[in-house]
Amino acid sequence: MADEISDSKPENEERSHDAARRNFLKQSSVLTALALTPGPVVQAAAAEWDEKIAAPFEKVPLKLAVNGKSYKLSVEPRVTLLDLLREQMHLTGTKKGCDYGQCGACTVHIDGKRVNSCLVLAVMQDGREITTIEGLAKGDDLHPMQEAFIKNDGFQCGYCTPGQIMSAVACIREGKANSETEIKEFMSGNICRCGAYPNIVSAIQEVKNGGQKV
Amino acid sequence: MNQFQYVRPAKPKAAIEARVKDQNSQFIAGGTNLLDLMKRGVMNPERLIDISRLPLDKLERQGNTFRIGSMALNATVADDKQVLEKLPLLAQALNAGASAQLRNMATIGGNMLQRTRCPYFYDTALPCNKREPGSGCGALEGYNRMHAIFGFSDKCIAVHPSDMSVALVALDATVLVSGPKGDRRIPFAELHRLPGDIPQKDTTLEPGELITAVEVPEGPFTKNVHYLKVRERASYAFALVSVAAALQLENNVIKDARLAMGGVAHKPWRLTEAEKSLVGKPATEATFQAAAEIAMRGAKAFKHNAFKLKLGPNAIVQALKNATNVA
Repeated sequence: MADEISDSKPENEERSHDAARRNFLKQSSVLTALALTPGPVVQAAAAEWDEKIAAPFEKVPLKLAVNGKSYKLSVEPRVTLLDLLREQMHLTGTKKGCDYGQCGACTVHIDGKRVNSCLVLAVMQDGREITTIEGLAKGDDLHPMQEAFIKNDGFQCGYCTPGQIMSAVACIREGKANSETEIKEFMSGNICRCGAYPNIVSAIQEVKNGGQKV
Repeated sequence: MNQFQYVRPAKPKAAIEARVKDQNSQFIAGGTNLLDLMKRGVMNPERLIDISRLPLDKLERQGNTFRIGSMALNATVADDKQVLEKLPLLAQALNAGASAQLRNMATIGGNMLQRTRCPYFYDTALPCNKREPGSGCGALEGYNRMHAIFGFSDKCIAVHPSDMSVALVALDATVLVSGPKGDRRIPFAELHRLPGDIPQKDTTLEPGELITAVEVPEGPFTKNVHYLKVRERASYAFALVSVAAALQLENNVIKDARLAMGGVAHKPWRLTEAEKSLVGKPATEATFQAAAEIAMRGAKAFKHNAFKLKLGPNAIVQALKNATNVA
């Protein structure tokens, strides 16, 4: 009886059903073909590329500790750490300024070292610890450098500020905040268009001279 | 940025094989220059071979030689106590380059392979024989303020941007490379090449060759050294002209001398004749000026960089004065 029902269908509907079935078959055979092709991972094993490998458009699993929390993520190879933090993790404190490593607005710490996150591929940071501006304060207690920036009016428009603060903390940790000249030299990777520089230098000197742990 | 395949080999040998297999691949270490160029569409590798975790980051002293792994970070080398004591010229040159953030990312091997900062190379809308062979040189008749005064060709007048390389050529460093045909040593002065007819080729490295380390002999140049960098602003800018100067003095008489310039040629520019002229002479301004004059022989300027013909010798004299505390 089922045949009869089927036979009673208008011809065009019958055709479209067949077309759909053919499409399904085509697609599934493409999938089968893909599954049978040696994937990049197999190629990698053959070539002794252990660890990481990713084809274009393929997302790679990635483990990161960001501001003290562990994350399991997946990213395309071309995603920068800056874009991962802002777009995927919604940590928008780190700012995208020039996106070419020239302004310092995107400065974060990787394993304790300050870097321009716009020139860092996220996929290359597997297993590392990242600290962003969101990770400096302890709950409601601001980091001493954040306090000092507020007190010394080191903000102005505020766009460069997160990068400036991350750099300022690193500057003291690196032992490069011993004089005004040294601070200026070692803060030169952070550009401020408002010209908050004198206040930023004062803030760094205050924290450095205050002897607080940064 | 275009899509690319990413691989992270565990051993140098696998990295070299991956690079040989795919001509359209690039090694990536610090990435500070390559990612910049990829974002601008100047370089479009289809595969990145991540060499940043290869065990090539050691900094060690073997006898009278420093052996610095190619993956050592600029900041690590610049801050190393033994480097500061024995190779102060190298530390000064490293600290003159880029910013603290970039020096934490950039590697020693990558630094010497960074590409020119010529604006015609960076702007894909403009002609550049280095980026696109045969398209012409935009700088030749264009805005050539930062360009070469030595060793250029009618195909390319770009300059090499690294500060570190200027110190390394002065200090007689040797580059250690591994490649598909095995290991070899390249005197630093022969790593970079002049543009000639193939300006797209920056170095004498063969396809697939990986820089594994640089060796720097400890010399008598520990006290009287200076790296002078003249640029548009006090810090974080590329050199218009730079000078690496190192002297060995005995009772104020020059026993040995090293001089090299940056920002003047397609490669770090060693000033051998000027060095010879210094030896045996007293460390005075007159001696330095005579050497600077010799150093500038053969220099030729373009429309916008004629100032380098005067800035060059002045920078040499000043660097030598700073190195020797001659007032």
